[in-house]
Amino acid sequence: MTVIQKKPENPIAHLTPEDIELIGKELDTIRQEIRDSLGEDDAKYIRTVIDVQRKLELGSRAVLLFSKFPPAWVLGTAGLSVAKILENMEIGHNILHGQWDWMRDPKIHSTTWEWDMASPAEQWKHSHNELHHTYTNVIGKDNDLGYGIMRVDEDQKWHPMYLAQPLWNFINACFFEYGIAAYDLELGKNLATKKRRNDPKFRAAAKQVLKKIRNQAAKDYVVHPLLSGPSFLPTLAANFTANVVRNLWSHSVIMCGHFPEGVETFEKTSIDGETRGEWYVRQMLGSANISGSKAMHTMTGNLSHQVEHHLFPDIPSNRYAEIAPRVKEIFDRYDLTYHSAPLYKQVASAWHKVIRLSLPNGWLAETTPKNAPAQLAKLYKMTTGGPKVRRALQSKAAA
Amino acid sequence: MTATAPRPAAARTPARPALRDRVFKLAELVTTPLLPVDYLDLFDPLRSGAALRGRIEAVHEETRDAASIVIRPGRDWLPHVPGQYVRIGIDIDGVRQWRAYSITSVLGRPDGCFTITVKAIPDGKVSNHLVHRVKPGTIIQLDQATGEFCLPEETPGKALFVTAGSGITPVMGILRNSADSLADTVLVHSAPTSEDVVFGEELRQMAADGRIRLIEQHTDSAGMLDARSIAELVPDLHERATWACGPVGMLEALEEHWASVGIADRLYTERFRPRILVTGEGGTVTFTKNGTTVEADGATPILDAAEEAGVLMPSGCRMGICYGCVLPMRAGAVRDLRNGEITTAEDVGDGVLIQTCVSAAAGACDIDH
Repeated sequence: MTVIQKKPENPIAHLTPEDIELIGKELDTIRQEIRDSLGEDDAKYIRTVIDVQRKLELGSRAVLLFSKFPPAWVLGTAGLSVAKILENMEIGHNILHGQWDWMRDPKIHSTTWEWDMASPAEQWKHSHNELHHTYTNVIGKDNDLGYGIMRVDEDQKWHPMYLAQPLWNFINACFFEYGIAAYDLELGKNLATKKRRNDPKFRAAAKQVLKKIRNQAAKDYVVHPLLSGPSFLPTLAANFTANVVRNLWSHSVIMCGHFPEGVETFEKTSIDGETRGEWYVRQMLGSANISGSKAMHTMTGNLSHQVEHHLFPDIPSNRYAEIAPRVKEIFDRYDLTYHSAPLYKQVASAWHKVIRLSLPNGWLAETTPKNAPAQLAKLYKMTTGGPKVRRALQSKAAA
Repeated sequence: MTATAPRPAAARTPARPALRDRVFKLAELVTTPLLPVDYLDLFDPLRSGAALRGRIEAVHEETRDAASIVIRPGRDWLPHVPGQYVRIGIDIDGVRQWRAYSITSVLGRPDGCFTITVKAIPDGKVSNHLVHRVKPGTIIQLDQATGEFCLPEETPGKALFVTAGSGITPVMGILRNSADSLADTVLVHSAPTSEDVVFGEELRQMAADGRIRLIEQHTDSAGMLDARSIAELVPDLHERATWACGPVGMLEALEEHWASVGIADRLYTERFRPRILVTGEGGTVTFTKNGTTVEADGATPILDAAEEAGVLMPSGCRMGICYGCVLPMRAGAVRDLRNGEITTAEDVGDGVLIQTCVSAAAGACDIDH
């Protein structure tokens, strides 16, 4: 993959500027229709999900008070994992997008909501809603692409440190909520220089994150285990497990949204003076869906409808399923690729890309069982040799 | 509520024991980032300590377009003073709408409920919903009762009530509770026909029992009463303290007449809606903290425009009286819809306070919210 603008066959070359504006208008019409039809059933939906989630969390935590009995541990941990996933995905993420602001209920509103997650809602809303959703898949602008720690594009120069990228990605997945918090703080950039480290704005934000983490950790790793008395350690382990399960799940879902093979990325300069139609087209090509059951859609917070979510980030998530066929029809009519596949396929595809890009360009594709020894020798040379060696071997491979 | 009758202050908050505070603090450690109340609300939304809510228990039809709604308030509800109104927040088509309605029930009902009486107005989203569609069991949001349209502590010997249409509702709240403590009461009530008189039967019974003198005016057949005819019907008008509630035009005519005969201080009036007098060019309203920008026309209060755009706004009476909606304006200008007065933020960052419920944008303005 490479940015869409540098591809030999640009998949949007056949669209005229008029086509692009028409696509924008059609999508605007869908959006308006849905907004106008929001009503009691939608309100009931989100209130029911919140109600179920809270009761599930409460029940699971109650069961975990007796977690030294293995069945209680299993039941409680499973329940809490599901509750945490629902809370982050279908509830928190979507409320913080303002999907439910139209209800005018101060208890379910993007400006008042706080979630079960290391990153404070306020900071996450900035990096996610304002940056990621505006600059979706623009290399160098959208840090959701690899979170600034991974090689996400062939055009990024390969370096031996990227060999560890699959490992990084896995560790990031396990502790995803802390990764997000660090990312929302722009920790890498802000810790780099003394001036940035001492910036009062950064310090205040960091303090806010630490406080949130402290509260979260006290709940899961101190107070709840203490309340469990003799079940202290099993409850601690259960809460840790539930957090890791939630982290792995949300990381997988989010990776499926923009990282599977075939999803397009864009050049920084390409979005200068971008029209609303062009923005829509970028969202269409920069996202991928996950197909599956209704339960799967709910557990992903309907981010399985990533394409629809990126087109209409503030439309309530329970409506994406009904919008999807209409959106797909537009893709088909304008001869664009609507990426959709089952979860396991999208996860595999995203991981394939992570691994492929952790290696020098073309290395994985060229490697067959027959030439594996030679390829490994080449990789060894590229890893241990200096930049000159790398360049020489790389250009030889490209030729 | 342009004039006020003296009455005891109503701002009381329930004392909360310190022990409960401590238990809640502890519970917060487990419920973070939510609060313990978020979980308790799942099981008992009307409990003490919850945000004030109520449950609709029954809807009684009064006339073809009016109904009394029986509401069981949450346990922190404080008794109202007859004549007061209550703000309710009800979800209609999924959207929370706030309106104020007069309380019409007797104090201290044995079932602990109170009633509001609502007349459906044409195109009234909330009033039509309450009169025609709302189902018992619905949970609504409540504020404590408020309002100054009440009898003074020392009841006047002679009283006159002048009402029209739904203007009878606060007066019914007063009559049901205090008719017997008033020695001499006259009620002049106007409605299109006899059937349209809300509480018609009960009022006629009160008159038959000699508790009040009732003058009904059926305007479809007999036309509107003007202030002069009221004065003729009630010749001892100047000896009476008068409470009036009804359409703005009627109230203004009464105020004028009472002033002209030099007894303006004996007239207490209650308005249900602000009188929109002046409109003009609208503008772009920016909510600086929230980041939302709203295009508002010159006839729409900023409060309504902002809510329409999904901004959570502080709000109160929605008629320019209670100051519950006041926010600082950092830049720009707004027009008071009641009199056309323009308020301008002198310097950028000024922070002049504006009532968003009766102010419309007069050009671009920045609100600190």
